[in-house]
This record gives sequence, C-alpha cells and structure tokens, in this order.
Amino acid sequence: MPELHFPWLEYSILTPAVGSIFVWWIGDRQAARNWSIVFCTMALFFATGEWIDFSLLASFEAHDHWDIIAFLFNQDVFVVDELSAPLLPLGALIYLVTVLSTLRTKVNRFSFAWTLFAEAVMLATLSCRASWAMVILLIIATIPPWIEMRRRDRCTRVYTTHMGLFVGLLLIGYSILQLGRGSESITLLAGVLISAATLLRSGIFPFHCWTTDLFEKAAFGTAILFMTPLTGAYAVIRMVLPIAPDWALHWIAIVSLITAVYASGMALVQVEARRFFCYLLLSNASLVLVGLELVTPIGLAGALCVWLSVGVSLTGFGLTLRAIESRIGRVSLSDYHGLYQQMPGFAGFFLLTGLASIGFPGTIGFIAMELLVEGAVEVYPIIGAVVVVAAALNGIAVLHAYFRIFTGRNPSAQISLKARLPERVSILVLTALIVGGGLVPGPGIASRYHAAIELDRHRESVKESNSVPPPVKSIPHP
Amino acid sequence: MDMDSLFYWLGIAVVTVPCALVLVLGLSALLDVRMGESAISQLTQFAVLLSLLPAIAILILMVVSGKRYVPIELGDWVSIPEVHFHFHWKFIFDRLSVPFVILALVLSGVVGAFTRRYLHREEGYHRFFLLYSLFVAGITISALAGTIETLFFGWELVGLSSALLVAYFHEREHPVRNGQRVWSVYRLADASFLLGALLMHHLTDEGDFGSFVGKGTWPDGSASLSEGHALQVGLLLLLAAAGKSALVPFSGWLPRAMEGPTPSSAVFYGSLSVHLGAYLLLRVNPILEASWQLQLVVITLGLISALFGSIMSRVQSDVKSSLAYASLTQVGIIVAEIGLGFYYLALVHIMGHACLRTLQLLRAPTLLNDYHAMENAIGMRLPDRKNKFGNLIPESIKRWWYRFGYERGYMDQILDSWIVEPFVAVFQWADRQERRWTDWLSTEPSRESDKTESHPESTERGA
Repeated sequence: MPELHFPWLEYSILTPAVGSIFVWWIGDRQAARNWSIVFCTMALFFATGEWIDFSLLASFEAHDHWDIIAFLFNQDVFVVDELSAPLLPLGALIYLVTVLSTLRTKVNRFSFAWTLFAEAVMLATLSCRASWAMVILLIIATIPPWIEMRRRDRCTRVYTTHMGLFVGLLLIGYSILQLGRGSESITLLAGVLISAATLLRSGIFPFHCWTTDLFEKAAFGTAILFMTPLTGAYAVIRMVLPIAPDWALHWIAIVSLITAVYASGMALVQVEARRFFCYLLLSNASLVLVGLELVTPIGLAGALCVWLSVGVSLTGFGLTLRAIESRIGRVSLSDYHGLYQQMPGFAGFFLLTGLASIGFPGTIGFIAMELLVEGAVEVYPIIGAVVVVAAALNGIAVLHAYFRIFTGRNPSAQISLKARLPERVSILVLTALIVGGGLVPGPGIASRYHAAIELDRHRESVKESNSVPPPVKSIPHP
Repeated sequence: MDMDSLFYWLGIAVVTVPCALVLVLGLSALLDVRMGESAISQLTQFAVLLSLLPAIAILILMVVSGKRYVPIELGDWVSIPEVHFHFHWKFIFDRLSVPFVILALVLSGVVGAFTRRYLHREEGYHRFFLLYSLFVAGITISALAGTIETLFFGWELVGLSSALLVAYFHEREHPVRNGQRVWSVYRLADASFLLGALLMHHLTDEGDFGSFVGKGTWPDGSASLSEGHALQVGLLLLLAAAGKSALVPFSGWLPRAMEGPTPSSAVFYGSLSVHLGAYLLLRVNPILEASWQLQLVVITLGLISALFGSIMSRVQSDVKSSLAYASLTQVGIIVAEIGLGFYYLALVHIMGHACLRTLQLLRAPTLLNDYHAMENAIGMRLPDRKNKFGNLIPESIKRWWYRFGYERGYMDQILDSWIVEPFVAVFQWADRQERRWTDWLSTEPSRESDKTESHPESTERGA
C-alpha cells in the first residue's frame, strides 16, 4: 500500500487526544478555550496535510509514514482513501469553527476536554475501514454526550435506550459477521443487524427520537458536533454497503427517503430552533443515505457531494443558531423576533447556509443535489420526485425560520448582538467554502465521482468473492 | 475581430456584468463595508447600462448579418462523461431571447433610476439593491439560457430575490408572511421545474434546448419527444410556469407580493417575474406542439386565469391589488395565445403589457394626485363609466360575483384548507406522538424547549 510522506493521520488523531488531556488538566476555562482553538487548528492542519499529500500520491488508498500502529499490530488500522480523504479535514474544520465560535460567556457550560476527545475519536473513526477498531470507536463516540447530559442533571433514558440498542446490534452483528465468514445466510443476518445499528445511529425514522432528545438536553455545540460529521452514514458505507444485497439497499433507500420527507415536514411545524435544526439535519442526512443506497456511480457521487455540502452548510447554520441562542436564550419559532437590524451578518450567513443546504444555485450544494436527484431518477423516477419534494419542503422551512428569527418585528434588544471577531472568522471561512465550492464545483465533483466508482467496484468485488471485504486494489487516479 | 468573436464577447458582457454587480454588492454586505446611496445607485445603473448596450449591439448585428440564432458556449461547468452528466453553460441569442432580455434590462434600468429617489434614506437601501441585482442577474440568465439547467439557475435566483423583496419591509409581520407565501409557491413550482428538466434529461439524454426541441430556430423547432412524453414533461413545466406566473390556482400570491416597495412590485410582479412562466412556455413551444392535450390544458388554464383576473381586478379595494389582477388577466391571455400557437403575438403582448404595467405601478402611489390633476384639467369630475351589459345581470348574481372577486376567488382559503392545514395537522399529530414516546421513555416531561420564552430578546438580557 502506498505511504504518505508524513504521519498525518496519527498526528491529526493524537493532537486532539493529547490536547484533551492537557485542557482537562488546565483549571482556567478561558485558557482551556484558547488552547482548544490551538489544538483544533493543529488537527485541521494535519488533516489538511493528509488530504493534500494523499491527492499528490494519486492512489486510491494510503497509510501513514512511520505507521506505528501497523508496526505494532501488523495491521493497517488507520488508512486514508478517496472516500475519507476530504472527510477528515471537513470533520476537523467542523470542530475548529465550533470551538472558535464558543463565546467566553459560555465556556463554563461547554466541555473543551470532552470536545477534543470526541474530535480524536471522530478523526480515528473516519480513518478506519470496517474492523473491530471502527466498531469500538463508534461505541466510544457515544459516551461524551452521555456524560455531558449526566453532568447537567438531565434524564438520559431516551439517549441511553437508543444508543444501547445501537451498541448491542453493532456488537452482535459484527461478531456474527466475523464468526460466519463465507456463509451467505449468516452474512445476510449480520448485514441486517449492522444495518439496523448504523441506521439507528443515523437517526432513521422511527428510531430518531434520540436525536431531538440530544438537541434538547445537551449543549447545542455538543449536539452539532455529534451529528454534523454524519458518522452514521460513514458506518453505513464502510460496514453495510459492501455486504448488503441490492434489494436490501433499495429498501434502506426507501426508509431513508421516508425519513427525509418526514423530517422536512416535522421541521416545518417545530416551534423551537434547536428541534427545527435537528429535523433539518436529519432530513438532509437521510438524503445522503438515499444516494448511498442507490448503488449507482452517479447516485453515490451525488450522496458523497451532498455529504460535503451538508457538512459545511449545516454546521454554519447550526452555529448561527447557537450564536443567537447564546445571546438571547432558546429561540422560539412560534413568533417573530426581528433580529435583523441587530445582527445583519448572522442574518445573511443564516440565509446563505440554509440555502446551501437545500442546493440553491451558486452554493456548494447545487450541483451535489442535482447529481443526487439525477441518480435517484435513474433508478426509480418516483424516488427522484420525492427527493425533490423533500428538498422543496426544506427550502420552505429554512426561509420560515429566517423570517421568524430575523424579521417581523421592530428590534427590541438594547445591547449589541453583532458577531464577535472569532465568530466573524468562522463565518468568513465557511462562506468561502460554500460560495467557492458553488462557483468552482468541478474538482470536488470529479474527486467524489472517482471515490464513488471505487466504492462501487469494491462492492462488486466483494459480491463476487461472497466473503468478508478484501483489500481494495488501487487504480490509476484520473 | 471576426463576427463570431464579436458576438461572443458581447454575449459574455450581457451575462457577466449583472453577475459582477451581485458579487460587488454581496461582498460589501458580507464584509460590512458601508457604501453610500449614490455609489450604490450609480454602480447599479452603470452595470445595467453595460449589460444593455451589448444586448442592443447584438440585436443590431443580428439584423445586419441576417443571423437569427447566436449560441454562446461557455463550456461545461461540471461534466461526468461516463454517466452523461454535465452542467453546460450555454446562452442563446435568438428572436425570443433578445427582445425579452432587452425589455428586462430597460425596465430594470428605469426602475433602478426610480428607486434611487423613492427609497432615499431608507434603512434597507443597500439590501434592496443587493436583491435587485440578484433579480437582474437571474432574469438575464433565464432569458438567455440555452440549456434547461442554466434556465433553472436563473429561475431560482429570480424566485429568491422576489420573495425577499416582498418581505422588504421586514419590521412588519404582514410583508414577511406574504414573502413566505410567495416563496412556498415558488419552491413547489421550482420542484416541478426540476422534475420536468430531469425527466427531459432522462428521455433525451440532453439538457440543451436545441437537442430536445429539435432542429430549427425559434419558433420553428420541433420536439424530439413522443406525444406521451411531451405531455408528461409539458405538464410539469406548465405547473412550474403556473406557479411563477401566478396562474390559477396559485394566483393568491400576486396581490400579496404587492406588499413590497413599489419599484419591486413594478418590475417583478407587474412586468418581468410574472411573465417568466409565459416565457418558459414560449421557450419550450415545440413540446406544446407535440401534444394537443397539452395545448388544450394550456389554453384552458390561460383563459380561466384571465377570467378570474378580470373579475378580481374590478373589485379590489386598493390600486396595487387591482393592477396585480389586471396583470393576471393579461398573462392568462398571453398563455392562451401560446397554447393557440400565436408565439409572436404572445411575445409582443408580453413586451407591451410589461411596459404598460411598469408605468402604471410606478404611478400607483400618486394615483389620487393624477386623478385630481386630470379633473382640474378637464374642469369636472371624471365620468363614471357604466357597463350596459352589467344591467342585464340579476343583482343577486352580481353580488355573488362581487364577493367571489373581492375574496380573490377563495383560492388561498382553498389551498390552505385542502393542502396546508391537513399537512400541518398530520405533522403536528406526529409531533405529539413523539412527545408521548419520549415522555414515556424518560418518565418525565422530556422537552425542555416547552419552557422557551416567546420573546427572550425583549427582556434585555445579555449573553
């Protein structure tokens, strides 16, 4: 397997992990925030370095230079490939902008140590193929939000019940898969259990109530960080896609489609901003799953592109809501607030990110959504039609929230609510990505299409061998 | 420089200058750079002029050279040849697009100049011109689009800018509610458009207008679709056009759109935006001709819209609503003309109607003043024109029609009670079931959001 020129993966994972211990050890909350920004920036630097280095290698997959884990265990645990290469910097960026936009007044309620720990786990997960390491990391990732809710004296039963089920299904499913190598019926059973687990983690209807519960009870930042990297979708690609038969994937696509429409309808009737955001995110995440399960190159490419656009745009959208909430408290959508005049920058960014998430022209999501719908129409025209309806409902919901929060009343707050410098930096970085990705979509689309082709080829090779996924052979990069 | 190069660079100028204007105004808003009123309006007028002059030059060159079809190819924005996916930037200058884009730029320029004084010292001056520039870019791209994707791109920009301009006076609740209504109708129309475009892609493997409407310049093309396929695609596009042009049953948003400032009402809902649906039908005219059933539906929808518009415009209690429905009457007739195959007539009708309606809407705020001036000039009250035909209709029927027209054909109420309310009721019921489920699992009230204050910003509480 080709080797990167530097141990980017290990450094990008180790940096937040070490940072977590360091920040936990520091007593001063302001200093913890500042150090967290430093560690997150370093993690983003290493993750971006990995992406650039990997792109220069022109290979389908690669592992670290001086891969200590491979040396110790004689196994490639952390491997980067075309699927995960851009997801790592995206995940690191999501963590950086979230930490960066945390106001000083909120540092006592937001655990930076656990956030850095969660970042290390997330980056490690995205660097893993289907393996026990990935299973363990997926399970560990569920712990920080649980601890935070307990610390805040919130009831965790809804979260614990759903995540307990997720852990149980995942462990049993993967154990069966490992024990019953070669047997078609056992692989199918394992596939069903793993699919159920990963769909539950993705918040698929009707097992999605833990997501709204998480947004209700955890810190807004923690909930955003747990949901927006779409780790559940990653688990679906790594663990379900290679082993599930076509008919099963099409059924999963239909369930995901129902979730997308259901969540977009639910977003329209919510009267509180966090719940609204949760449903909007669920709807978009489900659209990604729809594309993934279509199992056509164009559908897969569309899903991978929507993944990136949703990751960037809904992180920005959620952070805007979080910024408003940190200034005025929980935001009701049952009436108008008229905040435009006091926070025009946030208003513009809210609109931009919301429109990007629905695939508005000129934003990063436009071509992505077109590809996804085209892929869906190719397989089942009716699925394509329903994807378009879900996107239309999401569009109505986004503008509804914009009008409720920023318009409809004369401003009444007496203090300045404008964005602070770190928030402005976050806004500008995400805006550059949204608009830049919208105006120059070619390279991103080409990269995602190539990754889709490889995933499809990998799946076909697994089907032919009818066994546990073998290592993927490299093909020339376009 | 040869003729083709000249056409190419002039065409590029027509399209890119409005886009550059959006970029400049958008960046200044994003970076919080304050631009003065005169700088904004001068920049806007300069940009519109810089786009209009090349358009006129192209018209002159086309007349002189005898060319009736000038494609401007910008290449693929995105292309995946293996799966026949491409987003191709192509603009066409022909007998349909050139008059329409010149009309759009002339009216936009007039309204831009009018707005300079009309919104002087308004809080949202910069915001108006930003949205205005987005609209100009959208309508220019839509008018000149040579592929269905390009048209959709511009179509969406027009929709967003229109909805946000309806809600321009956003410190009040009514304009905002109306903006939301307009946006909701537009989103459904856009969904229909996208589906129609994808279906067309699916059937023909092409997005280029030239490919799916066959060979021949406008309006002489012939569709390469079968009758059944033409009907399917055509109905989806007709639904999109009906949403954009406020045809029945979507007419309710048109008077609501008049909540926006007069200049935007004039240029968008009175003259340009409202004709965009008809323009789409003109652009895909070979598809209409491929199916007589589709033509029949187009004619029927146009005539019903014209009838409804005529009834409603007579009984509205404010001048802008009355003009809005008068516009609907004309748009309905234009659509019927398109259905009947009178394409040039429809194009001329669009141009004449757009100019007249812009003038009327811009004069609407001073209507009473104008009446007084006329009465002073003739030295008497203006004659009350009685319709002799009206005397033949029984009083009860007249009263019923009056009420029907005054209530705007109950169209909004029907859409609300048949579609919106059941939709909302279903999801509110689902929300209640979710609450029961999470409450049961938690063994306590599970929603902290229930304690959210309606107006926390009013408590003057800091972060």
